Amino acid sequence: MSNQGEIPENNHPGQSQHPDFSLSRRTLLKVGAATAATAAVPTGTALAQPTRAVTPAPEILPLTLKVNGKSHQLDVDTRTTLLDALRENLHLTGTKKGCDHGQCGACTVLVDGRRINACLTLAVMHQDAEITTIEGLGTPDNLHPMQAAFIKHDGYQCGYCTPGQICSSVAVLKEIEAGVPSHVTLDLVSSPEMTDEEIRERMSGNICRCGAYSNILAAIKDAAGEVKS
Amino acid sequence: MKAFTYERVKTPAEAAASARLSSEAKFIAGGTNLLDLMKLEIETPVHLIDVNGLDLNHIDATDEGGLRIGALVRNTDLAADPRVRRDYAVLARALLAGASGQLRNQATTAGNLLQRTRCPYFYDINQPCNKRLPGSGCAALEGFSRQHAVVGASEACIATHPSDMAVAMRLLDAIVETVDPDGKQRKIPIADFYRAPGNTPHRETVLTPGELIVAVTLPAPLGGTHIYRKVRDRASYAFALVSVAAVVLPDGSGRVAFGGVAHKPWRQAEADAQIPHGAQAVYDQLFSHAHPTPENAFKLTLAKRTLASALTEARART
Repeated sequence: MSNQGEIPENNHPGQSQHPDFSLSRRTLLKVGAATAATAAVPTGTALAQPTRAVTPAPEILPLTLKVNGKSHQLDVDTRTTLLDALRENLHLTGTKKGCDHGQCGACTVLVDGRRINACLTLAVMHQDAEITTIEGLGTPDNLHPMQAAFIKHDGYQCGYCTPGQICSSVAVLKEIEAGVPSHVTLDLVSSPEMTDEEIRERMSGNICRCGAYSNILAAIKDAAGEVKS
Repeated sequence: MKAFTYERVKTPAEAAASARLSSEAKFIAGGTNLLDLMKLEIETPVHLIDVNGLDLNHIDATDEGGLRIGALVRNTDLAADPRVRRDYAVLARALLAGASGQLRNQATTAGNLLQRTRCPYFYDINQPCNKRLPGSGCAALEGFSRQHAVVGASEACIATHPSDMAVAMRLLDAIVETVDPDGKQRKIPIADFYRAPGNTPHRETVLTPGELIVAVTLPAPLGGTHIYRKVRDRASYAFALVSVAAVVLPDGSGRVAFGGVAHKPWRQAEADAQIPHGAQAVYDQLFSHAHPTPENAFKLTLAKRTLASALTEARART
């Protein structure tokens, strides 16, 4: 966090929550609303302004995160992204931080079976959701078929994007099976086919700076089984 | 990221009541654009109201034969809905042309409409930007403006609206349904939803403080052939240089809207009326007041050719 230095001593991570916490937040908000009365802008177009409501003290909230089948009780700063909660709080460092702005896909995880960028969502938004990371797909002794296929086809060089690539590709195969269309699906009304072009388009949110794309494609096709060329 | 307080709400009334408490509260749904901007401290809400618990994630048929799309329907689910694929193909195509699979899984219908521009000077807090800091100036006017608007812009701002989905929504004459903190509901035609930049480019939509989008409604299907043609620097996962949404009917009439050229989806009824006369006539109507920079003048040629290509394809398939 960019402003950890502003965390007051009575409100640091790990401290238990007071039952009246929401009350103090309300009070804070009312103060904020009063001081911001001259700076009203429509919601949806707020912007950096010369005068603004006072930034509140960091808020720490209790959170239950279900990751790879196991529930974890956490106290997190509201600013904590799902990515940072996984890496810093739960020490599940398989999920990688690349750009931290949703552009590279290194942080891809599955939330309730769907792939998302863990860097562009807050941990507190995922109370009780089922989260699967690369650690939950398989283990070195019991690899997920997609993990085995990436190894077999050398679908990486430096390996940094690989957990995101694998989580994404597991979801891609499910999306094609579920009939979710893509930009390259020729006939929108019928089900998409498992083709090279479909896989490439659907994986475009996962960047590999080593350029292992051809081997990544080979790995995904192998894991998918029969693929039309 | 600046600190903020956070709450989850279960009903639009709760959301509205909370929004009333602070003019610098924000609703968060998908968060894919808002959190990106909060990390850069371009957006600095003091309170986030998480609306994901609202029951606004359904797509329902309307009595008029159209579809009412809940504000929280994710982009992936909207594009995959069989009714959208069959009857509003231009919308499915536009959605699928935008972002990545991961982002579409998270991004919502309402959030997509409210995306902020990707102008690099809006994103760089060390640069002047009238949209981010009113009165500070526009660095894009004399800067790198290849991606910027060629029509409808002002001396204060030449940013484009980044959404593909909004272009299709404009083409289809979608209606944006909202509720304000007093519980008052209104239906805003998407043609009236986005403001011209003028001298106030920080005011992007007609939404009032705390007003929440609850749904986007599509009129009954138009029929005809639907095209969404997006031209960009990469084959996938890039914002449009120019995009064309078109519906052409068997009698040769139709509709056209452009993305990537203005602060909003760019469409005019007078231009639609020119479709039977060909792409040049439509282009002349839409871009007669174009004011490109030296760096983005190519967009005019690109717009004309992309339109011609889209109309040719539409007619061949009609």
